[in-house]
Amino acid sequence: MSQSAATLSSAPPFDETVANPVVGIDQTAGNFSYKVDYEFDAGTGLYENTVRYISSVKKEAPWILEFRLNALKKFLSMPMPTHWATKDLENINFDKIRYYLSQGQKPKRTWDEVPDDIKRTFERLGIPEQERKFLAGVEAQFDSEAAYSNIKDIVAKQGVIFANSTEALREHPEIFRKFFGKVIPTGDNKFSALNSAVFSGGSFIYVPPGVKVAQPLQAYFRINAENFGQFERTLIIADEGAELTYMEGCTAPKFSTSTLHSAVVELVALKGAKIQYITVQNWSNNVFNLVTKRGVAHEEAEIKWIDCNIGSRLTMKYPGVILKGRKARGEVISIALANDGQHQDTGAKMIHAADETTSNIVAKSISVGQGRSTYRGIVHIPKHLKGCKNNTECDALLINTNSRTDTYPAITIRGDRNYVQHEASVSKINEEMIFYMQQRGLTEGQAMSLAVNGFINDLARQFPMEYSVELKRLIDLEMEGSVG
Amino acid sequence: MSSLVIQDLHVAIGAKEIVNGLSLTINSGEVHAIMGPNGTGKSTLSKAIAGHPDYTITGGDVLLDGVSILAKEADERARAGLFLAFQYPSEIPGVSIANFLRAAVQSRMAEGEEIDATGYYKKLYAKMDLLKIDRKFTARAVNDGFSGGEKKRCEILQMAMLEPKFALMDETDSGLDIDALRIVADGVNTMRGPNLGVLMITHYQRLLDYIVPDYVHVMWDGRLVKSGDKSLALELEAKGYDWVKKELAAAVTA
Ligand SMILES: Nc1ncnc2c1ncn2[C@@H]1O[C@H](COP(=O)(O)OP(=O)(O)OP(=O)(O)O)[C@@H](O)[C@H]1O
Ligand SMILES: [Mg+2]
Repeated sequence: MSQSAATLSSAPPFDETVANPVVGIDQTAGNFSYKVDYEFDAGTGLYENTVRYISSVKKEAPWILEFRLNALKKFLSMPMPTHWATKDLENINFDKIRYYLSQGQKPKRTWDEVPDDIKRTFERLGIPEQERKFLAGVEAQFDSEAAYSNIKDIVAKQGVIFANSTEALREHPEIFRKFFGKVIPTGDNKFSALNSAVFSGGSFIYVPPGVKVAQPLQAYFRINAENFGQFERTLIIADEGAELTYMEGCTAPKFSTSTLHSAVVELVALKGAKIQYITVQNWSNNVFNLVTKRGVAHEEAEIKWIDCNIGSRLTMKYPGVILKGRKARGEVISIALANDGQHQDTGAKMIHAADETTSNIVAKSISVGQGRSTYRGIVHIPKHLKGCKNNTECDALLINTNSRTDTYPAITIRGDRNYVQHEASVSKINEEMIFYMQQRGLTEGQAMSLAVNGFINDLARQFPMEYSVELKRLIDLEMEGSVG
Repeated sequence: MSSLVIQDLHVAIGAKEIVNGLSLTINSGEVHAIMGPNGTGKSTLSKAIAGHPDYTITGGDVLLDGVSILAKEADERARAGLFLAFQYPSEIPGVSIANFLRAAVQSRMAEGEEIDATGYYKKLYAKMDLLKIDRKFTARAVNDGFSGGEKKRCEILQMAMLEPKFALMDETDSGLDIDALRIVADGVNTMRGPNLGVLMITHYQRLLDYIVPDYVHVMWDGRLVKSGDKSLALELEAKGYDWVKKELAAAVTA
């Protein structure tokens, strides 16, 4: 395996002069790609050498290589979870995927230093502008590595560490190693094993005790190359009493072949800490998005996942919280929109492991056309615990008779000193409702978006403003596109 | 001056013909009342004019200011000035009245033109005051959990905000209590004038005491079988539909 240059995306070259020149978040979804020359390329297919190549270009310590090789063995030995999950997983061809592509391993600290061919992608997605407006720090990952990473001085001075995983492993090995792979063991599932073997990029965040980061930190994950697999690895540690909001956005161009995104995200909220993790994903519908996300909440800590899944061919993602300390709180707010040809298989896991822990799950799914959504949940409260509470609410909205929704809530509660509540509903946007809105002057597409936005309104209100606006815009685009 | 002309209209649902050769011309400034027994096709007529996709026009035409609207989508008809106050208004969970009406008002503006929020709320509050609707309602989801009467009042609020050329009001009086009926009627009377034509579907004379129609029509089996002035409604109230039925039978045998 050698360093090869000039690996091109096969999407049609993007014509700058024809494109909307407006920079900002109000661009159409990320369906564009620029030609980029990659200096580092692990080639196609997954072999032991692929893993060694990735580790060597990153100049990793021996324990990490060992960790990776071990994970590769696990990955190869584990079966696809098709006994419970969709058979579509079998269509992922691991031999045709490229596992590592980058222009270098060190992100730039200013946008000016970011190479033009990469910078224009992020400018078009509006990232530098958002950073100026309301973020405490940004990391922008392009294929395998972060191209840009910066944190505002005022935040850095408080001792907050915000880096990508490649850098963090080099610069903060002691703290990284202490928490890494502990919340989600390598063999948790086949895709967490895959990620553990080939991971690259993703954020590493450490917030010192008592530090409350006022503005959000954001990561943006961009896939640019065709037949590519993105495997970022994120580890966030909020020390005692610390508070943090982290947001991630993601896009990819629409290729005719499939792209794989398989991340692992681990959160650790120590005593009294609060982590809020917000995802607004907008994958193109050739992306297999198979992500494992889990956090551990210690005593009186709180972890809240807000997960908005729009786009992708197949998303399988069940953010979880292990409620490890007394009075820990966990929450998953999940919104999934499955349009034609898409399957959103999402849900939540709440593992209660201490007394008086509480969890809340609100999942709303929207299925359009042939789109399919599935909710899978696990709530586990063992018998010896007392004073635990869970509330689960799953609502599905169907936008025509072809779409399909399934709910698999598995709630295992033992003992009688705990309290759970579960509600589920399925509703339809019927023709009468659309006609009613059209009669007031709205087009069919506008009527559908309004109805969908109404359905998720109570959840979207909990988001930071910029993100609820972005979510609304994405839904408008999806719904406009879904009427004939 | 505008006109809404219904020419020999035939409307079917599936294979079943419901409206059966109905003709009627409404000019702006006029209020027409249509009365008729249950199931005779009154709501079908109003929804077909508004462009409901389930209703097939099998014959005839509907012209707004001389131009056929039948090829237009429901939303185009609405923006052209047609308003339907529904007999059974839909509920739209999660969408507030203020946002819904705002989107409706915005849809009538030119591309690129933005609604003036201050002016919009001022107008909305004025119309709510007119219809004695509590301002708290702006934050409530459209018709969601509304009482029957509240839904009807909300329809008239929308009509007042959207200022149509022609309003088709389908049993707006049903479900209203006595006070609400008067308030809604006062509201409609305020809107009444040279710029508005009204087609009012009702079963009860009482509404016509408040909103006095220029013309009254009786609908029977998908057609208008009798027309007259407001006195026809009084006669109907006194004699019932059997009277119309007998007259019809006599006319057929004669
Ligand atoms: N979607 C539908 N499918 C089948 N039949 C329908 C449908 N809508 C209406 N009909 C039938 O068409 C006929 C006319 O109905 P319509 O609602 O127009 O009557 P109406 O005159 O408004 O009655 P009411 O006074 O009770 O409101 C009825 O027999 C009704 O059952
Ligand atoms: Mg009716």
